[in-house]
Amino acid sequence: MAKNESNSDSQGTISRRDMLKTAGVGGIGVLIGASGLGGLMSITESKASSTGAKEVVSYYGKHQAGITTKTQNNVYFIALDVTTSKKEDLVKLFKEWTLAAALMSEGKPVGELSSNEFLPPKDTGEAAGLSASNLTITFGVGPSLFVKDNQDRFGLKQKQPKELADLPKFPLDALEEEWSGGDLCIQACADDLQVAFHAVRNLIRIARGKAILKWAQPGFQRTKHADAKEGTPRNLFGFKDGTVNPDVKNENQVNEQVWVQPGDGPNWLAGGSYLVVRRIQMFIEVWDRTNLKEQEATFGRYRDSGAALGQKDEFEKLDLKHKHANGSYSIPGDSHTRLSHGNGSEQILRRAFSYSNGMDPKTGSFDAGLLFLCFQRTPSKQFIPIQKRLSEMDKLNEYTSHRGSAMFACLPGTKQGGFIGETLFN
Amino acid sequence: MKLIKLSGILLLSSSLLFGCANTDTTSTTEKEKATKNVAADALKGVTDEYRKYAIGEIEEFVKATEVFTTAVKNGDIDKAKALYAPARMHYERAEPIAEVFGDLDPKIDAREGDVPEVEWGGYHRIEKGLWDETTTKGYEQYAEQLMKDVNLLRAKVDTVEVTPDMLITGAVDLLNEVSTSKVTGEEDRYSHTDLYDFVANVQGAEKIYQLLNPALKEKDAELSKEIGARFDEVYSLLNKHKKEDGYKSYTDLSKEEVKELSQAIDALAEPLSQIGIVTEAS
Repeated sequence: MAKNESNSDSQGTISRRDMLKTAGVGGIGVLIGASGLGGLMSITESKASSTGAKEVVSYYGKHQAGITTKTQNNVYFIALDVTTSKKEDLVKLFKEWTLAAALMSEGKPVGELSSNEFLPPKDTGEAAGLSASNLTITFGVGPSLFVKDNQDRFGLKQKQPKELADLPKFPLDALEEEWSGGDLCIQACADDLQVAFHAVRNLIRIARGKAILKWAQPGFQRTKHADAKEGTPRNLFGFKDGTVNPDVKNENQVNEQVWVQPGDGPNWLAGGSYLVVRRIQMFIEVWDRTNLKEQEATFGRYRDSGAALGQKDEFEKLDLKHKHANGSYSIPGDSHTRLSHGNGSEQILRRAFSYSNGMDPKTGSFDAGLLFLCFQRTPSKQFIPIQKRLSEMDKLNEYTSHRGSAMFACLPGTKQGGFIGETLFN
Repeated sequence: MKLIKLSGILLLSSSLLFGCANTDTTSTTEKEKATKNVAADALKGVTDEYRKYAIGEIEEFVKATEVFTTAVKNGDIDKAKALYAPARMHYERAEPIAEVFGDLDPKIDAREGDVPEVEWGGYHRIEKGLWDETTTKGYEQYAEQLMKDVNLLRAKVDTVEVTPDMLITGAVDLLNEVSTSKVTGEEDRYSHTDLYDFVANVQGAEKIYQLLNPALKEKDAELSKEIGARFDEVYSLLNKHKKEDGYKSYTDLSKEEVKELSQAIDALAEPLSQIGIVTEAS
């Protein structure tokens, strides 16, 4: 592609706009390719795949990517409502989505440029020339896809797993409709926000007439570039967040904690995972005027090292019995760490991102917080009991407010030639 | 215009890459050019039909503007208010053609702030008088000028060459107008009669779809059907907001209803944007 560009520069005959039109799909070769010059196209293609290969997360597989995949720098999360009433439209949509997602995961556009100038380009173009940036696209289905207003919308009612239900109301929940629920979800993660946005934008475009955006939330973490050691990322309260997570490389552990197993419920979901999303606003202004001792007591960890209070190392096994000289627990009873841990039997795979949505127009403060995403095999035995404890007692609740909530069953993965959702719809 | 441009790009691209590829591209390019011309010829009947339709709308617009401006000049404020929105619908339907005259469009249809205050006249200026200041006094001159400009538009419109490009681009543009200025309620910010403009833009787009539909069906029957169904969906939403002979005030719509309309327009415009396939040789 670089070669083509320099060609055009030296000739000075092609306008920038014309160049952009064609550059969208790997240079001018495509336009020519479409009009009969296949030879050049193959050159462009091989070139593209050799440059981006390192940052490509394989799309096809037993499980969807984006769950046990190493957390990328950015997320663009969207929830959708289905507007079509026909199941065949849904199937068509998932087939088209699967193909588009597989292409984008390789850093390719969702469609080649047509030689017909009277058509809008198939791909929106803003990711042209960018690496795949470890893009993963994860699709999920919400409880309302199965039953909404008591209607068995697509004849899927008897396939709805018991676990796929709206979350119970937790104390202090301040949920807003505009950040909650959804018939479907797409989690696009990438090390580049433009790449992630490009993915959801094109998927939404493909869905026009079948599904609409219900809510959307981008999120970020420190980049790997900024943190060469790739330590545990810090949340917007300045604390390391996500120290305790199942080891995604340990197959037994992920099968135990993350992937739905055959026999757990309807078998169409075996190999999938339940995703709980919470959009948690963090009152950062309030937090910032809280003294360090109080901050650390709230989390139950030292801000600097991330070690549990009374301990030395971030990854040391939690010593919940450790006491101060006066006999009180080092990790307070109402601290986030102690309550999250409980008796240690419940685990979730956290993949949280920070968000900042500019200013809250009501207060003039930042609208910032945590887009909490977690995956698990059985929500009723994992997220729900943990959140129940936290919502009742967590000292952190003084500084946060849960504004959005949703639950999705992330579908199992698929092979080339198949499509995401195949086991559900067939 | 654009037809020629496309062939131009193909030629350029070929010459650029001659060094890399040994295939002879001349025949391909020539063929491409030829098929485009065939397509344009095949659509000749359609462009003629559209021309008739658009000129018909402009003629109706002249008549309606006549009655409207007369009411303003006569100080008949209620009558002027009643005539305002229906008169504009003719213009909004024919927008792809009306907009060709870059000098007249702002004179007729500029909103406050679109042009310097001293130059601002036309429908929206009078709208402000009627609804915001509830008077026609001082607006006679604007009515006078508007009528002149609309007559001039009618005279000029005969000179417009209607091309397939104008239709293909125009159909989506009409809906883009809806998405960017009607949905937001910015078009008729004093009268809140935005739904009339909204409906007229959709009708204008639908006319183009209907004219191109026989050709479209041959190319892609499914796409044709899909676009038809989406138009139906938009109309069924709009019909919910009918009131007496016309439409509700835009301020009576809830946020949810506005969003619903906006998303229905997106759902229609996306497949409609594929209508350009009618230019391809079968």
